[in-house]
Amino acid sequence: MTHLHFQAARRTALACVATLAFAGTCQAQPADPVKIGLVTALSGQSALAGEAITRGLQIAIDEVNAKGGILGGRKLELVRRDDESNPAKGVVAARELIFKEKVALIIGGLDTPVSMAIVPLMNQEKMPFMVPWAAGTAITKNGATPNYAFRVSAVDELVDVGMLDYAQKNFKSTKPGMILINNPWGESNEKGLKAALTAKGMTAVGVEKFEGNDIDMVPQLSRLKAAGADTLFLVANVGPSAQVVKSLDRMGWKVPIVSHWGPAGGRFTELAGPSGKDVHFVQTYSFFGKQSKVGDQVIKTMMTKYPGVKGPGDITPAVGVANAYDSMHLAAMAINAAGSTNGDAIRQGFYKIEKYDGLIKSYVKPFTEAKHDALSSADYVWAQFIDNQIVPAVVTK
Amino acid sequence: MVLSALISGLGLGSMYGLMALGFYVTYAVSGTVNFAQGSSMMLGAVLTFAFAKTLGWPMWLAIILALMLCALYGLAVEFFAVRPFVNQGSDAWLMATVALGIVVDNLVLFTFGKEPRSLPSPLAQVPIKIGDLGLGVYPLQVLIPLVGLALAAILHTLSRRTRWGTGMLAVVQNKSSARLMGIPIKRVIAVSFALSALFAGTAGVLIAPLFNVNADMGTLFGLKAFAVAILGGITSAWGVMLAGLLFGLVEALVTSTLGSGYTQIITFALVIAVLAWRPSGLFGRTEVKKV
Repeated sequence: MTHLHFQAARRTALACVATLAFAGTCQAQPADPVKIGLVTALSGQSALAGEAITRGLQIAIDEVNAKGGILGGRKLELVRRDDESNPAKGVVAARELIFKEKVALIIGGLDTPVSMAIVPLMNQEKMPFMVPWAAGTAITKNGATPNYAFRVSAVDELVDVGMLDYAQKNFKSTKPGMILINNPWGESNEKGLKAALTAKGMTAVGVEKFEGNDIDMVPQLSRLKAAGADTLFLVANVGPSAQVVKSLDRMGWKVPIVSHWGPAGGRFTELAGPSGKDVHFVQTYSFFGKQSKVGDQVIKTMMTKYPGVKGPGDITPAVGVANAYDSMHLAAMAINAAGSTNGDAIRQGFYKIEKYDGLIKSYVKPFTEAKHDALSSADYVWAQFIDNQIVPAVVTK
Repeated sequence: MVLSALISGLGLGSMYGLMALGFYVTYAVSGTVNFAQGSSMMLGAVLTFAFAKTLGWPMWLAIILALMLCALYGLAVEFFAVRPFVNQGSDAWLMATVALGIVVDNLVLFTFGKEPRSLPSPLAQVPIKIGDLGLGVYPLQVLIPLVGLALAAILHTLSRRTRWGTGMLAVVQNKSSARLMGIPIKRVIAVSFALSALFAGTAGVLIAPLFNVNADMGTLFGLKAFAVAILGGITSAWGVMLAGLLFGLVEALVTSTLGSGYTQIITFALVIAVLAWRPSGLFGRTEVKKV
């Protein structure tokens, strides 16, 4: 009898606890945070870039939360996962964020192959995907309808147009040569550069490729020199880019080098030596020089929040912080415009954004059904390394 | 353009040759090959960087210590990845040395990081200008072939003219007889592995200022060096070194005349063609099998 009494009492107690818990959940719901997922490289070679993206996002999230959050008082919360620059791990992380963490939106990282692997899952699961770094053209032009991938970053095909414009304007280039890394990234830019040249009725005097571990590029560069190249278009990561510069040094060939943003990804000055400063590469933002009101505010917050940041030179890589900052604000506006955390509503929410005074620029109608890239080639800035710091490029005539 | 290709080719080729000497020395003694050579090369460069740059020790000390540790690593490769399998009459040492190399590469990746670093040398900063073409060559690029040829000469002399060297050759001809003659077989084989890793480490230290220091710098080099060792005929120190120079020259000449798209296709196709023509390699001797 006593035993039965005990069991009944326990059942009642459990029921009460469950009811209370449920009621608690119901009452707490309006204040539940809206989770934002981040899949990027947080370890290995690109850890610094992953950290820059995180910082840009976190500062924007703090600003949104300080103003009362979104959807009538819900705070934003960042949930990070490391993809180790590995596409398969990126997809596993994205799945976990969708199905377990129930995030409202996922922010991608810096590796094009990882983002390319995640995009089909995003479109299938109707999960908005915002890319603050990876530049592969096909990430946003992925052929899906509806398309859930958006981006606030450079785009390969636009960078290539920008590289040609910059070379023509600053170096009066008429006979450019290409020196590209022999991988899909190099190939995609070879296509883009050829298209940009064709559009202006020009051709490259030569296209040379090298492997990531090549030491001596003198043979390739000699061919370009013999063909009469007056400018070099360089596409490679930081290590091989440095080898190109060292080979040019040895040849004693002073030729303008206009590069994709590979050199920005590491210790370029240390690897390339003093001539590293002669490489002009594309960026989407620079914290040096006169800043907008938003720029000043972001630098100030960075210095307060992260003790290691003493000035603009420590906000690095700058593109990671800047792109992520604007991405997060635009995403928050899209969720607000959607009025819910429903994936398709957020996707359409992006199209409803009319104006946003951001860090990189003032965005006017940044996204439409046909345009999922908020930045264009007019928004790119050109930079060079001076003493380990990325500063706006100065062309010496 | 051809002159610049010749200079580049000789520089690259001597690096391949130096690595390939490491393959030669273990094969000559034990009939086995250290496929972890790429990781030995990487260790030479990474350890020198760690001692000289991270810990701030003098460069000469850093290089000596790094090379000593490379030799120790060679002993470890022989002890853990070769000896147990050879003792059982198995060829699994092939896979075991490859696997050990991958393990070490990844351990370095964890500790050293993926980011390439620079190891500058005063011998690779101001190029010596050649002719009126403005073409330059670093003193280090001249030093590498010299070191390679000197090592090949020392190995050749050691193996033919010294008691220790003839002992090594005796081991490869007939292990049992060598043992009966009082030659410490196990020690001779272990030393050959230490030497092989030492050569690769030397290559790593010499190449680092021209390239950079990173955890996977040895992978492609190891592969090309093995192709060179086979091409030269793995039984001749001179042959291996010369094949290295030849391979580097062909690579640079193809790149500068036909374009980089054809480099790997033509060089490796040539390796196959040469081996079809001379199965024992360019300078190797056909193995005599006693029946």
